[in-house]
Amino acid sequence: MNIGRKLANVVRLAVSYIILIVLAVAALYPALWILLASFRPGKSLYSKTLIPEHFTLAHYKELFTSPVYMFGTWYANTLKIAVFSMLIGVVLTLLTSYALSRFRFKSRKTTMSTLLILGMFPGFMSMIAIYLLLKEFNLLDTHLALIIVYAAGAPLGGTLIAKGFLDTIPRSLDEAARIDGASNFGIFARIILPLSRPMITYMALTQFVGPWVDFIFAKLVLRTKENWTVAVGMWDMVNSQQNTNFTLFAAGAVMISVPIMILFGFLQRMLVDGLTAGASKG
Amino acid sequence: MQRHRTRAAILSTIFMGLGQIYNRQFIKGLIFLAVEALSLIYFVNKLGRAFWGIFTLGDSPSRLEKVKGIAKMVPGDHSIVILIESLITLMFFAIILIAWYMNIRDAYKTGAEREAGLESNTFKQTVRYILDYKFAQSFLILPGMGILFFTIMPIIFMIMLAFTNFAAPDHIPPAKLVDWVGFETFRNLLFLKSWSHTFYGVLTWTIVWAVLSTVTTYFGGLLVALLVNQRGIRFKGFWRIILIVPYAVPQMISLLLMRNLFNGQFGPINQYLGYFGMGSLPWLTDPFWAKVTVIIVNMWVGIPVSMLLIMGVLTTIPRDMYEAAEVDGATNYQKFRIITLPMVLFSTAPTLIMQFAGNINNFNAIYLLTGGNPVNGNYQYAGSTDLLVTWLYKLTADQNKNNMASAIGIILFIIVAGFSLYNYRRTKSFKEEDMIQ
Repeated sequence: MNIGRKLANVVRLAVSYIILIVLAVAALYPALWILLASFRPGKSLYSKTLIPEHFTLAHYKELFTSPVYMFGTWYANTLKIAVFSMLIGVVLTLLTSYALSRFRFKSRKTTMSTLLILGMFPGFMSMIAIYLLLKEFNLLDTHLALIIVYAAGAPLGGTLIAKGFLDTIPRSLDEAARIDGASNFGIFARIILPLSRPMITYMALTQFVGPWVDFIFAKLVLRTKENWTVAVGMWDMVNSQQNTNFTLFAAGAVMISVPIMILFGFLQRMLVDGLTAGASKG
Repeated sequence: MQRHRTRAAILSTIFMGLGQIYNRQFIKGLIFLAVEALSLIYFVNKLGRAFWGIFTLGDSPSRLEKVKGIAKMVPGDHSIVILIESLITLMFFAIILIAWYMNIRDAYKTGAEREAGLESNTFKQTVRYILDYKFAQSFLILPGMGILFFTIMPIIFMIMLAFTNFAAPDHIPPAKLVDWVGFETFRNLLFLKSWSHTFYGVLTWTIVWAVLSTVTTYFGGLLVALLVNQRGIRFKGFWRIILIVPYAVPQMISLLLMRNLFNGQFGPINQYLGYFGMGSLPWLTDPFWAKVTVIIVNMWVGIPVSMLLIMGVLTTIPRDMYEAAEVDGATNYQKFRIITLPMVLFSTAPTLIMQFAGNINNFNAIYLLTGGNPVNGNYQYAGSTDLLVTWLYKLTADQNKNNMASAIGIILFIIVAGFSLYNYRRTKSFKEEDMIQ
């Protein structure tokens, strides 16, 4: 009986480990494949082996030096847009969710439902209108336009999740501070902000990643090549020369993914807290 | 005795801010005065044209005209630009109307206070009052303006488009004018054979896709989370980090990457199938296999998020429940069915439903991977894996059938929004939020 149970346990663990290893390979393989492809000489998608016969950094060099691919410029553009839209977007989202979580006022529930519904509208449906609006204000082909649009859109996506998180911060803390004479701003800055670090991290990261991967809207607004973001550039690379220069695409993909993955790695703990606390509270 | 309040209110009605000045609130009054002056300057030229524009959508198309005997192309009205300019003006107008109403109400209230023998608030006191009691509303103004102009205005615009004939080839400005046509677009979409066949076909696949992709990622995530969380598995943190790698790779990159991996001719997946002696599969080119591929790839992208979420929930399930079950002699399977599954489902149900709604609109997963292809000859401008979202994108971006795209967008929006609103209103965090603490 005892031996039987032990054996069953060993079998269970062995099977679990095998499945885990298979899953790990499936999770890592594509990332590894593109990483290795970026070091492979030549241009083609096809290669006989996973690990290239010899390694080269030529594609990375080409990315940053070639006059056709202004990858360095695109990279700087994207970084700039990402940082600013992240800052403004996070502030706006926090303000909205703080107001909705802590204050009771007329039409509050309507506001929340409206936010939810508006978030459901397919984003690019509004592109033509936004395009014309930006044209009206002479903002086409500027980074400011992208920053405004990304930041203005941030409260739509993040408010309800952030509000769910703020709801979990005990109200008694606010009240204690209020008795001690803190104003609404004081409570926000001294109590809410420090306690919602995981949430802020989560929001900041999603906001930051947005401009790196959004190509539809960026493509519409940014007309000249010097103003492009990396996403537009990469999309153009894949679309205009289908597979003819795959290794270069791979190098670009690595250049975009690595910083984001490092950020994820550093912020993993906070991210998990923010994600679960904000979303799972039914 | 009603003199102060009526007088102040009437003065404010005549010109914003006069009532406030009458009430001796000079700074507030001047601010209101300035607002009205500025808006008068803005509206004097624009308001009439805005009303004209929204009703007629312009009345003169581009045409040849003889100027001093030489034929010349004269640009006509650009209906779409006129529509959106009118819309923007009318929205500003609505804001000013609201400000005007608030200004009258404020003058009336302050007047009433004066009648009751109170001093009217100084400017400083007003600011303090707003910060203390109207904090939430004034906080919401800034994000509210952003949402108004970058979300609500475009939505109204798109809804209006569905009721026009803004479509190639006959009604594309600036060469031609656009007109209001009422519900004709919807009628064509739902009942005209050529359109309705595509519409119902794409709609069916959209729903199938949303159900399959949500179920696979959710239960996939649940299984992986349970697998890692088993008693006796070592290096839990290590496994978790490896398994969330797909989540950390930016979605656009991973989808473009998958497109190459599954490439029928040169992609490594078919290459490996070849090593095992199997023929290559038409991953992206056969209608059936393309659907399988998008589901598989979506699992790769989506499972890590579900896994993280469920792992978080698993840690909140009280240990003693399991211990009690063990005392009663429950097997592992029973423990899973009676404790784990209900607990996880209960606390992630809202997320699950949001994911479902999100998948209906999952543009990237389809567009970046297959582009909606392979082409389906029976469809109007749609491929076999096209969702309603990608189809409407193609209709606007490639075909210029803007009114049709807007109509589809509205229908899609009603489905998704109705669904999630119903769900959200039922969740605890909406109904009983004040009871949590």
